[in-house]
Amino acid sequence: MSNEIAILGAGMHPWGKWGHNFVEYGVAAAREALADAGVPWRDVRFVSGGATVRCGYPGYVAGATFAQALGWQGAEVNTSYAACASGSQALAAARNKILAGECEVALVVGADTTPKGFLAPAGGYRPEDPDWVRFYLGITNPTYFALYARRRMDLYGDTQADFAKVKVKNAAAGSKNPRARYKKCFTEEDVAASAMVADPLRLMDICATSDGGAALIVSSVDYAKRIGKGDAPRIAAISTVTPSFASGVVEMPDIATDSAAAEGIDAQSFRAALPIKAYEEAGIGPEDVDVAEVYDLSTALELDWIEDLRLCERGDAAKLLRAGDTSIGGRIPVNPSGGLACFGEAVPAQALAQVCELTWQLRGQSGERQVQGAKVGITANQGLFGHGSSVIIKR
Amino acid sequence: MSDPMSNKPHAAAIEGWHTLGEQPHLIGTRCCGCGTYFFPKQTHYCKNPDCDSSEFEEVELSRTGTVWSYTNACYKPPAPFVAAEPFEPYTIAAVQLEKEQMTVLGQVVEGVSTADLKVGMPMELVLETLHETEDDIKVTWKWKPVA
Ligand SMILES: [Zn+2]
Repeated sequence: MSNEIAILGAGMHPWGKWGHNFVEYGVAAAREALADAGVPWRDVRFVSGGATVRCGYPGYVAGATFAQALGWQGAEVNTSYAACASGSQALAAARNKILAGECEVALVVGADTTPKGFLAPAGGYRPEDPDWVRFYLGITNPTYFALYARRRMDLYGDTQADFAKVKVKNAAAGSKNPRARYKKCFTEEDVAASAMVADPLRLMDICATSDGGAALIVSSVDYAKRIGKGDAPRIAAISTVTPSFASGVVEMPDIATDSAAAEGIDAQSFRAALPIKAYEEAGIGPEDVDVAEVYDLSTALELDWIEDLRLCERGDAAKLLRAGDTSIGGRIPVNPSGGLACFGEAVPAQALAQVCELTWQLRGQSGERQVQGAKVGITANQGLFGHGSSVIIKR
Repeated sequence: MSDPMSNKPHAAAIEGWHTLGEQPHLIGTRCCGCGTYFFPKQTHYCKNPDCDSSEFEEVELSRTGTVWSYTNACYKPPAPFVAAEPFEPYTIAAVQLEKEQMTVLGQVVEGVSTADLKVGMPMELVLETLHETEDDIKVTWKWKPVA
């Protein structure tokens, strides 16, 4: 297929709360990906970075920052910022460069260091800033995840025990992942005993923020074949579509949804729209997917994503979960890496970490986490301000 | 929670976002070109991709709707939230307005817990204290189950 590129190498600095400069994580991930690919650094002609907005100017120009840290060798650079989808947008830039024939091998890398202390909005009286408004009225980040979770309970009959089952499943997978930050197994009782944050979500239903770095070496299929890696996993689709008006789901940091009152306008779900372009571009359907990595900012959100990816009918995700279908060894394993539950979110690295996991899964290198016979994997994530992505890789 | 004996005057916590009085309404705008509603008010450009109007009229939004979802806050939010001491958890609802085809977040009135709510339940808009200052009692919109 002419629009495919090969994934030659993947690398990650372990997630944690290390407190180091983000460049260290990015360089460690990049060197691991280069070694994994067997590609010399000087052969990389494009460096595409996911920006971090928490680390000053070097973070705004992350592509150049990583290129300089690895040693300037004249490669072209790019930096993408797209909230949680930053890594996917940086990957899309690399794919465009490769498919346009302007370079053969590219490095895509994202890394972040969590801020010290709580990031609160600036003070004063600033009603024009939606973030100021919602905090003033007492609406925090967990509010939004809890609203989505509670709606599932009232509409589909999901229970808090179901949400706890997601945590137990992901913790079990993450306990076998050396790159995960949290490697402890938990029981449903452990989750039920953790403090309620925003009913129905407890502390253990909500993901943390972490330090981490992830990197990919990608190339043209020709180049992969020339170095004897023609059977490397391929990127078959990258969707980074924006929402369609009118968004019918209230999204952080807004106090209200769009209005769908105008003629010809219907309420839309952004999450559900993201994979549609990915499936179309890859020329496959949900029935072809063997494994998925989705953005479980909360346990309940994993169930929403399973339905948004159309891995089951709307409202049926908890049934899949209860049957063990989404566990490793089940019909359609979800988050075999352990997901955000075990990693915590490192914004510009997270979308790339999802692709790293799928790369190892499709190569059969995931050890105890291995999804047997995985040939097609899909990722999904969504962040602030209309950013989100879904990537399909296949082998 | 405000001191019931307080003689301080009431003032809107966020000025111009709702009417004051017994039957308050949120104040939004409606696009003169396509009829899309906006809350908070939008007055310069319309977000409907099929509309390039720049004319808006100020409108009072429906003061009743149905619960889209609900939750609560068990921990004290950071500033600019002004918390009572000791902190009292409060309930939050997202309420769908039929005519406007939109959902608006807000706190739920004191004394109503998540156990009292259900998706689809009818709600109405009322005003209640958000916090007090030296000079006045700041009130804001809150959702209340329709009796
Ligand atoms: Zn309009």
